[in-house]
Amino acid sequence: MDLKSIDALPTDDEREAIERVLATQPEPTRDLLLPVLRAIQARVGFVSKGALAHACDRLQVPPAEAWGIATFYHLIATRPAPRTVLHVCDDVACRARGSERITKALASRFAPEAAAHHDACWKRSPCLGQCERAPAALRIRAGEPVEERALGGLDAVSAMDALRGETIAVPAPASIQQPRDSLRLLARVGVVDPESLDDYRAHGGYAALRRAHELGASWVLREVSDAKLLGRGGAGFPAGRKWGAVASQPARPRYVVCNADESEPGTFKDRVLMEGDPFAIVEAITLAAFAVSAERAFVYVRGEYPLAAARLEHAIASARRRGLLGESVMGHAQRLEIEVRRGAGAYICGEETALLESLEGRRGEPRAKPPFPVEQGLFGKPTLVNNVETLAAALLIVRDGAPAFTALGTPESSGTRLFCLSGDVTRPGVYEVPMGLTLRALIALAGGATHGLAGVLLGGAAGTFVGPDELDLKLTFEDTRRAGATLGSGVVIVFREGTDFRAVVHGLAGFFRHESCGQCVPCRVGTTKVDDLLARVRAGTPDGTWDDERDRLRELGHVLREASICGLGQAAASALESATQRFAIWPAAMPTPTPTPSNGGKA
Amino acid sequence: MAAGSPTDPTGRLVTLRRKVQLTIDGATLSVSEGSTILDAAKSLGIDTPTLCFAQNLTPANACRVCVVELEGARTLVPSCARRVEPGMVVHTDSARVRDARRTVLELLASSVDMSATPKFAEWCERYGARPTRFGTPTPRPVVDDNALFVRDYAKCMLCYKCVEACGDDAQHTFAIAVAGRGAHATIATELDTPLPDSACVFCGNCVGVCPTGALQFRAEHELREADAWDESRQSQIDTICPYCGVGCSLTLHVQDERIVKVTSPVGSEVTHGHLCVKGRFGFEYLGKR
Repeated sequence: MDLKSIDALPTDDEREAIERVLATQPEPTRDLLLPVLRAIQARVGFVSKGALAHACDRLQVPPAEAWGIATFYHLIATRPAPRTVLHVCDDVACRARGSERITKALASRFAPEAAAHHDACWKRSPCLGQCERAPAALRIRAGEPVEERALGGLDAVSAMDALRGETIAVPAPASIQQPRDSLRLLARVGVVDPESLDDYRAHGGYAALRRAHELGASWVLREVSDAKLLGRGGAGFPAGRKWGAVASQPARPRYVVCNADESEPGTFKDRVLMEGDPFAIVEAITLAAFAVSAERAFVYVRGEYPLAAARLEHAIASARRRGLLGESVMGHAQRLEIEVRRGAGAYICGEETALLESLEGRRGEPRAKPPFPVEQGLFGKPTLVNNVETLAAALLIVRDGAPAFTALGTPESSGTRLFCLSGDVTRPGVYEVPMGLTLRALIALAGGATHGLAGVLLGGAAGTFVGPDELDLKLTFEDTRRAGATLGSGVVIVFREGTDFRAVVHGLAGFFRHESCGQCVPCRVGTTKVDDLLARVRAGTPDGTWDDERDRLRELGHVLREASICGLGQAAASALESATQRFAIWPAAMPTPTPTPSNGGKA
Repeated sequence: MAAGSPTDPTGRLVTLRRKVQLTIDGATLSVSEGSTILDAAKSLGIDTPTLCFAQNLTPANACRVCVVELEGARTLVPSCARRVEPGMVVHTDSARVRDARRTVLELLASSVDMSATPKFAEWCERYGARPTRFGTPTPRPVVDDNALFVRDYAKCMLCYKCVEACGDDAQHTFAIAVAGRGAHATIATELDTPLPDSACVFCGNCVGVCPTGALQFRAEHELREADAWDESRQSQIDTICPYCGVGCSLTLHVQDERIVKVTSPVGSEVTHGHLCVKGRFGFEYLGKR
């Protein structure tokens, strides 16, 4: 391609950061653009003109396109920025645990994104997936090596210390708070050494893959299909059908992509799996690749999960050294390479086609479907895209057989499922329960609500609210569908008595406004209009009458759901609509405005 | 050539396409495989509003004003991008469709200056859209940094057409892209470099495909500013570009004996509606004798 270069040179650091990424690959291909941009960001804290120029030259990417991509991700800065950035979670689960005290305290000293001292600044962040240790933050200090650290259990004082760059003690409550004997997906988490392949094997690791190799790919496909495993990422698509569809495509090569871009607010189950049992995810991907005859696989880990990415990379390298990946997996005629690719701050990249675009080195904008990824996915080839938990469940199915899996759960929703409990609940964490348990029983398992229960957000920002009188809802795909709710990605955020739900839904609207990719009109414009409308609701200043505003909101909900390209826009108003049916959102229905929390939520 | 292969009257090989039967608004019809729902609707004389669609570009699938109801589909589908399948039952004027199109038009009008978009007012009337219901767009200064065209981004609805025409749908220059995200997305060069310093070759193909008048040729822009642009006084003269041997079809738009715009027919086999800087702009000398 005859491209006009940017007239600027990289610094030695920038050049080295770029070249180091390219050295890991046989060819400098377009799909390395995001890894390269991430590497520049990690080294110097922003992508300079010279660094962008060098990246474009080496990868033969048009500079305008590269700029479009760099400006798409919120963990990539495209203007000079302080070396240390404290990303403070400002999302629904952390807010329920008082994160506003922290952002207020920080804002009283330093404006967000303005350089504080010691070459540091802070920013508000959407959910960081650390909800069991809310309020949380992620500190990234650019350099060689970059320091990326998730911080939980923060208060105003420790957040200020973190901003100053001090080492702060991170309370690490166990992510798993239930009796271990009932655990299957989580059985090894917290038990096995996540950095030891031997320990993994000593705990039953690679038994499933050995069985798969013995019994063959078609047996695996049948078993996953018989187990009636439904996808755990949010959409609940039958995994067996997806696997079968990829395996039956004539085109090659085929790819497996593990969707580890867990970004639904309130979701952290995949992080717990990847951090606690990374070899299981590697084995599960190997198994899936065997079943669909793929020789290359990617794990797309969200940018905010440094530990998960590091553990997976370590596991992949260990497995490769020991012949569990590479030219002949376990001495069998299976060839597979797995690569970890990291996101850079974009919720939309959890949508499977946006994820594929991102992996290919493009803006994370969803594709029109059909064609579906099983036919034309990564690089236009048949691609199996599965969520982390789905793959982990498939591993259990192959190890123990489909009957053992369907023995738990309900006929339509088989197996166990991970739920992420956060907010005003006694023991936040990941809980593994058979599908069919009631929401009430699940919350009880987590020790119950801490301050009474005014409502639950089920399924995440793209989910629905459930009122205190609906807790007998059975947690299955079929029961939630009948109730007009969704399990989504397994989010259960509990809200205390006295919660200002107007503020909560306004926060969700702000999230979608921030995360819309901007590709289609309903979502790009609609999410801003919903956010603006809720600001008027909170301020008590309608545009016209409140009836006009109700009409507007109803029509915005309709156009988002009906006319958006992807699930982000289609679900952007669902939680809000469910909230208006359950809580006093409209001012006319409110006897008095809810007072702003004055005691910081402490009971 | 294999014996018996179908050919057209000039002897060229013709690909025979199978027919697909579907139902649109109660009428059953057969169209060639590979057609879109939009093509099929058009063959029935149904006028579907489109903005981001152009015959000579890959469907961007972004504006969503052409959505239709497809029985069995969970959501509405974009008629410009969705290919026909046997047995499809499509409704182009149901309440679901009308409601969605109306709100899409209202959202556009609230955020973009659609005043120079052909047929926009007519569509608003057809769907009962009230343009100011969701607010009014923010004015932005016109970008005037080159001799050949001006950019008024207050009129930009991010249809992606200019990016596609600059990129692999026509020009392969890749001077512009969508930058930023969501409500902050814009059409931009790298680091917002002024267009004359960017990779832009001033072919004007972006201007040629712009549906909202955000990109305007200078002559047209100046006449419009002076309220002197009058298409009823314009004649269109088809000719062949005199510059090189490719032989691009040109349409000269002439008002008061002055060439005010040069386009190329979208259906032209040579140009598909796209030109280069010479064909598009190289006519100024005619008035400067």
